Amino acid sequence: MGDSLAFATRAAAAASSTPASRPANLRLTRRGLLGTGLTIAFALSPLGRKVWAQGGEQPSLRAIEGQVEGGDTGDAFQGFAPGGFVRIDPAGKISLLIPNIEMGQGIHTAEAMLIAEELEVGLDQVTVLPAPPDEALYKQPLLQSQTTGGSTSIRSTWVPLREAGAAARTMLVQAAAQRWGLDPAELLVARSVVSTPDGARSATYAELVEDAAKLPIPTDVPLKDPARFTLIGTPAPRVEGREKTDGTAVFGIDVRVEGMRIATVSACPIFGGKLGSVDDAAARAVPGVHDVVKLDNAVAVTGDHYWAARQGVDALGIQWQEGPNAGLNTDALFAALKTASETGKPILAKEEGQAQAAFDAAPKKVEAVYQLPFLAHATMEPINCLVHVREGECEIWCGTQVPTAAQAIAAKILNIPPEKVILHNQLIGGGFGRRLEADYVAQAVEIARQVDYPVKVVWSREEDFAHDLYRPAYYDRIAAGLGDDGMPLAWIDHVTGGSVLGSYLPTGLPDGTLDSDAVEGAAEPPYGFPALLVDWVREDPPVPVSWWRGVGPTHNVFVVESFMDEVALAAGKDPVEYRTALLARNPRAAGILKLAADKAGWDPAAAKVAGEGRGVALHLSFGSYIAVILDVAVTPEGAVQLKRAVAAVDCGHVVNPDTIRAQVEGGLLFGLSAALYNGITVENGRVVQTSFDEYGQLRMNESIPVEVHIVPSTEEPGGMGETATVSAAPALGNAIFAATGKRLRSLPFVPQLSAGS
Amino acid sequence: MIDLSINGERHSVDVPEDMPLLWVLRDVLGLTGTKFGCGVAQCGACTVHVDGQAIRSCVTPASTVVGSEVVTIEGVGATDPGGRVQAAWLEHQVVQCGYCQSGQIMSASALLAANPTPDDAAIDEAMSGNICRCGTYPRIRAAIKTAAKA
Repeated sequence: MGDSLAFATRAAAAASSTPASRPANLRLTRRGLLGTGLTIAFALSPLGRKVWAQGGEQPSLRAIEGQVEGGDTGDAFQGFAPGGFVRIDPAGKISLLIPNIEMGQGIHTAEAMLIAEELEVGLDQVTVLPAPPDEALYKQPLLQSQTTGGSTSIRSTWVPLREAGAAARTMLVQAAAQRWGLDPAELLVARSVVSTPDGARSATYAELVEDAAKLPIPTDVPLKDPARFTLIGTPAPRVEGREKTDGTAVFGIDVRVEGMRIATVSACPIFGGKLGSVDDAAARAVPGVHDVVKLDNAVAVTGDHYWAARQGVDALGIQWQEGPNAGLNTDALFAALKTASETGKPILAKEEGQAQAAFDAAPKKVEAVYQLPFLAHATMEPINCLVHVREGECEIWCGTQVPTAAQAIAAKILNIPPEKVILHNQLIGGGFGRRLEADYVAQAVEIARQVDYPVKVVWSREEDFAHDLYRPAYYDRIAAGLGDDGMPLAWIDHVTGGSVLGSYLPTGLPDGTLDSDAVEGAAEPPYGFPALLVDWVREDPPVPVSWWRGVGPTHNVFVVESFMDEVALAAGKDPVEYRTALLARNPRAAGILKLAADKAGWDPAAAKVAGEGRGVALHLSFGSYIAVILDVAVTPEGAVQLKRAVAAVDCGHVVNPDTIRAQVEGGLLFGLSAALYNGITVENGRVVQTSFDEYGQLRMNESIPVEVHIVPSTEEPGGMGETATVSAAPALGNAIFAATGKRLRSLPFVPQLSAGS
Repeated sequence: MIDLSINGERHSVDVPEDMPLLWVLRDVLGLTGTKFGCGVAQCGACTVHVDGQAIRSCVTPASTVVGSEVVTIEGVGATDPGGRVQAAWLEHQVVQCGYCQSGQIMSASALLAANPTPDDAAIDEAMSGNICRCGTYPRIRAAIKTAAKA
């Protein structure tokens, strides 16, 4: 589990002088990292309360109309700030600095709940701010960097953020106890007020912060028994919900600063191509255009507004140096994967028992090839970044999942120290992994250094599709040997595809080294197989690749769970019954499978309705178990209608059941869009898809409610931002098979159905 | 100069005749609640009201709405269905990343203004021009029904 957590190492390496970890060190386990020693360090940096002065000592442009508040804006903080997460000013205003960035997953709310629970304040009493880039304060234990990704946030912060709240509360209570000459253990605290049990004395946090700030930060703070939680476990409303319904929420693309101009860009549409020459006379003649800026592989036009910049770019006469990929196409990319799968040297990921021998000797064999396409992130908020380069320093406003890496990249380009880069992180209008990359920050800095004003670079939707870093394509050969009873004797999964980790790490991934992400979801199946073999052949495409929601499991669980149905069919067994028989030693997985089946009314004996079918998918990803049962109808023309979705989830301790529900609902629909419609194809070295007409999304008329059933649990919390996305393609493929008898082994599905294949 | 009426206020802007209303709102007037999503009327993030009708501001030249009343997400809360829609959005905790939600709320408000009790088919028809990558559609549908009853 969680091997792809290693992906944040780029940020860690970029942000510190420490070289990237060796791959052997990348397999961080939750258990190994949530020991109290590390967590207290995360919560309570030795930098302590002085850190907030840092921003204030630096000059900073003020965002127009006061759009950005506090913390990272250059306002020095004066007040009580024990560690990086809690600040209370002398007037009693409580700010919680949230280490993970909000991109829809609800983490600002959930992490604020962790702090507030122990600080004994209500969410209505606090202001939530994004943490500024600072590895010393906000290095996240699981990812070993200040990064938001891999569904690691709650897993990482579950203990340390509660400790941060508890430490601050302990100091405030201690201050009251000293003032009153009482034992702190006798005092009560609720909603930011400390009082004596008889109510004779009370003091607000505002009245206590001056004294509390003089106390040492406790290093050993007991945490509440979960039975006493009053906030954790409740469906608290999102802290940023209102501003996202009245238009006042500020995403990166919305930031405006004095003197700013807008730029848009045309980068070479061929992967790896460069700028040859550009005729910019017509562009410069466009009213409102200011500058034409050339980069190594792109041209940008700046203007008074996006429209001027857009028209300027459209008026450019650009000659590209197309480079070696000008003939690249999708067929060749898949042919290379197939060849690599059949002739390449595999790297072993998992071997239990003598899988190959058991397969060879098995009385019944099932084998299949599965293929997955490249995918774009297609976040609703197009890529953007606002940069002001000044003498010896730089200021950046953007939404990024890797603030310290973004800061470091800007510093490297400008040859200035990272602390001279002020980065203001913003709400993200959809991440899905895209903003784990800082390519757009680098590009914006390269543009901004050539002009003497702040410039907000905004990509068109077409540019966004053409210059994503894509989920890799895969070609997987999977096989099972079955005994006379139909149960597996051996399970063999040969994965082939590019290495996201190798692309992401600044040092690359040496040949012959396993990319744990490539096999995540395949190498640790929830099922008990007598013999298991999983390996991976690395075949890096000449297409930029990166993390995509659900990472390894989104790829591998599609293969595993689709094939599980194939195997069950070969055994003549019901898919749920067959899976259940393989889960004898995995009660949590068996439990949610049963729950989903019960809630959906799964009935192997149910009468078949022509054109309708029901599919199941089960997996353990990111520390959470989920089973999804999906009902569909497929028309004779090949249109797929979603009919019903039931999900059962065991994600351990629940911080906020409503955000978990939201992630299951939305994550499943997100995955279904991709499974039904999406694949990035390449012709002549260029991405074919340019907008949502060619990269279709589920819309209101195709969507269905998702019934979410959450199992009460006191296990460690698991990640939930990606879990349901993983379930989508296999549940849908299995449902389509049940409806049509067609086993679809490649994605997306709809083009295959409508083509009548 | 182009004279516009936006959320009840008059603005004179010196912009090209063909400049889409979206960029006038965002880059000239600073009304950034209206979002850029695709620029080609495929995603609905830029939806605003022109004389009560939901339109895609990314493909609507500002010069074509002279003499009309433009309402954006910043002003829709003061309208009758708009305020109810925003309240229902909060009641159902609709938003995730939130980027598309201005457009969703504008489409929903226009729907309810024209059809106070929409059925599912009417909701489908009015809302299917608005993409949400986070997949908040089930909650949007529920929120519209709540707003209709409010």
